[in-house]
Amino acid sequence: MSENGTELLHEVAQSEYKYGFVTDIESDKAPAGLSEDTIRFISAKKKEPTWLLEWRLKAYRHFMSLLNEGNGLPDWAHLDIPPIDFQAISYYAAPKKKPEYESLDEVDPEIIETFKKLGIPLAEQERLVGIAVDVVMDSVSVTTTFNKELEKNGIIFCSFSEAVQKHPDLVKKYLGSVVPHTDNFFAALNSAVFSDGSFCYIPKGVKCPVELSTYFRINESGTGQFERTLIVADEDAYVSYLEGCTAPQRDENQLHAAVVEIVAHDDAEVKYSTIQNWYPGNSEGVGGIYNFVTKRGICSGDRSKISWTQLETGSSITWKYPSCILKGDNSVGEFYSVAFTKGKQQADTGTKMVHIGKNTSSTIISKGISAGKSQNSYRGLVKVNRGAENARNFSQCDSMLLGDRCGAHTFPYLEINNPTAKVEHEATTSKIGEDQIFYCLQRGISEQDAIKLIVNGFAKEILAMLPMEFAVEARNLLAIELEGSVG
Amino acid sequence: MLTIKNLHASIEEDGTEILKGLDLTVKAGEVHAIMGPNGSGKSTLASVLAGREDYEVTEGSIDFDGEDLLEMETDERAREGLFLAFQYPVELPGVSMSNFLKQAVNSVREHKGQEALSAGDFLKLMKEKAALVHLDPSLKARSVNEGFSGGEKKRNEIFQLAMLDPKLAILDETDSGLDIDALRIVADGVNSLRGDNRAFVVITHYQRLLDYIVPDFVHVLVDGKIVMSGGKELALELEEKGYDWIKAETSQAV
Repeated sequence: MSENGTELLHEVAQSEYKYGFVTDIESDKAPAGLSEDTIRFISAKKKEPTWLLEWRLKAYRHFMSLLNEGNGLPDWAHLDIPPIDFQAISYYAAPKKKPEYESLDEVDPEIIETFKKLGIPLAEQERLVGIAVDVVMDSVSVTTTFNKELEKNGIIFCSFSEAVQKHPDLVKKYLGSVVPHTDNFFAALNSAVFSDGSFCYIPKGVKCPVELSTYFRINESGTGQFERTLIVADEDAYVSYLEGCTAPQRDENQLHAAVVEIVAHDDAEVKYSTIQNWYPGNSEGVGGIYNFVTKRGICSGDRSKISWTQLETGSSITWKYPSCILKGDNSVGEFYSVAFTKGKQQADTGTKMVHIGKNTSSTIISKGISAGKSQNSYRGLVKVNRGAENARNFSQCDSMLLGDRCGAHTFPYLEINNPTAKVEHEATTSKIGEDQIFYCLQRGISEQDAIKLIVNGFAKEILAMLPMEFAVEARNLLAIELEGSVG
Repeated sequence: MLTIKNLHASIEEDGTEILKGLDLTVKAGEVHAIMGPNGSGKSTLASVLAGREDYEVTEGSIDFDGEDLLEMETDERAREGLFLAFQYPVELPGVSMSNFLKQAVNSVREHKGQEALSAGDFLKLMKEKAALVHLDPSLKARSVNEGFSGGEKKRNEIFQLAMLDPKLAILDETDSGLDIDALRIVADGVNSLRGDNRAFVVITHYQRLLDYIVPDFVHVLVDGKIVMSGGKELALELEEKGYDWIKAETSQAV
């Protein structure tokens, strides 16, 4: 590559995060520290029933025992995780002006302004595109739209706290049924201290008429975010759920440990799409979000389907494996991912496909793009249980390197316990081609635009899986991420 | 349009000199054929003109329409109207032809101080130019050169030439790997693009292409230098007598 090209790649790799700003909203914040009292404080703040408090406390005790035994941070991941002081974190923050809005006009204009800066014109968006947006700012749901239309169809889409109050039976039935509090260190932490999140229930036979969408945003210095999302699609139901997030610039590290659980009953389908753009830290890696997420869906019913699509561009550390448990016969799991890292970002992401039912099939397509001094790993498990007759899996993991100081790694694991399984795995690693860049330059396209074109082309297959309006946002985001400081 | 004087160029990696004092003058409206045996430096000449980084110019000058070509970056040369039809067109997986060409065409237009084409005008232009080389307009949705046959790739190069409307077009062995029908289509496309304001440098190993694209001048490149120049009949003579004849002729002259 030309000297200019190399420089450009370095600039690309170091370009500053464009979404670094802080909204000034008064917040009601718990003092830092983690104890049973903290758990009781959170639970009381949210007026939770006793069973939920007990559930949290159980998770808290499990978390503390892991912490005290030193079985905490995942040392098996290809990540360099700095020590985290769990007592220095504040586990609850809620906007002070408890909002109960009928329309967006009543929402604090500053919040609306923040979303405008992020390029999410909420007011227009909901009307133009027909998305119901449940905005989570810090930890409490601020606004929920389209609820009435959803209600007509019997669809429940609300904040987790609201669901606890209004639909306690559903919450109690499904909470922790896919990701138990004992699943892992961060799932235990989340179960103990989760503040809010989204709850979604699609009743039998209902196809959700709109894409359900949630935007997350960390907005309080020193406040970790512990979102909890639960999506249940009853028999023959369908829902497409979008989650997108970006966070303001910070100098101290922020912990994010979310849990997402999905349940799909017979013939149900859930499509879950994510754009993850948390603050990645500066070019030296200082100040970014630590993103430890547990996302898992269970195809509990026959012929059910769960599909994960993600564009991961943010966070200084990403640890995330959206997974599918294919329990129902003929159920289908899909994982489509683009992970872009630059600067000193580290990502260890992938999926687990666990085949339990007969004739289950799964598809994994992962595209990793590494720039700067970043480390980008794909880690995936395909497990076929003994009773899973005729399981099928196809996995494809492609990595692209921009420059020569970054790393791309692939860790595929296979556990096949049934001889009828058919499992295919393909992996490629390429450096962005000098020939490709030269070809673009020769057509008058600048080097920066050429890199954008080529990277977008590499990721296109996955971005195309995103719902239309999200795909546009994703392409823009990838382009912004690739932009160097060159004008 | 193009004046090359005493051009010396080496492979950057190991310093091997490929072009050893090449002179060539091309005027607007002219078609020049460059012929020569394998390894004589034909493709190196194309690469150096286009600005490929793998070669280093150690001596000589290239004037392109009054400007010092060697001072310009690769993309700037393209925007100034220098086009290279590649011998081996590169595949860009996932990059659609329409997206690719929109960027290319609009960056050239911007450079000329013209406004970007509207989506409608752009599609119209694509359709019109694709017809020149019998490319199916549905190619706009296909990834650049991905899954294209050898013939389609070469036609695609001429199609891009037509889209970008350059002052100087260099065709690097555009005939290689083409059957006679594809060759005719490519040649017809090129001929329709000939004009008073545009010059062509046609690099080829075989005379065959020159039956269809009739050149004004033929130059023979041997060992990094042009050793003989003439009219179109020189190509026929070469075809008949072979490159060894030239080598013998020119070594006698020395």
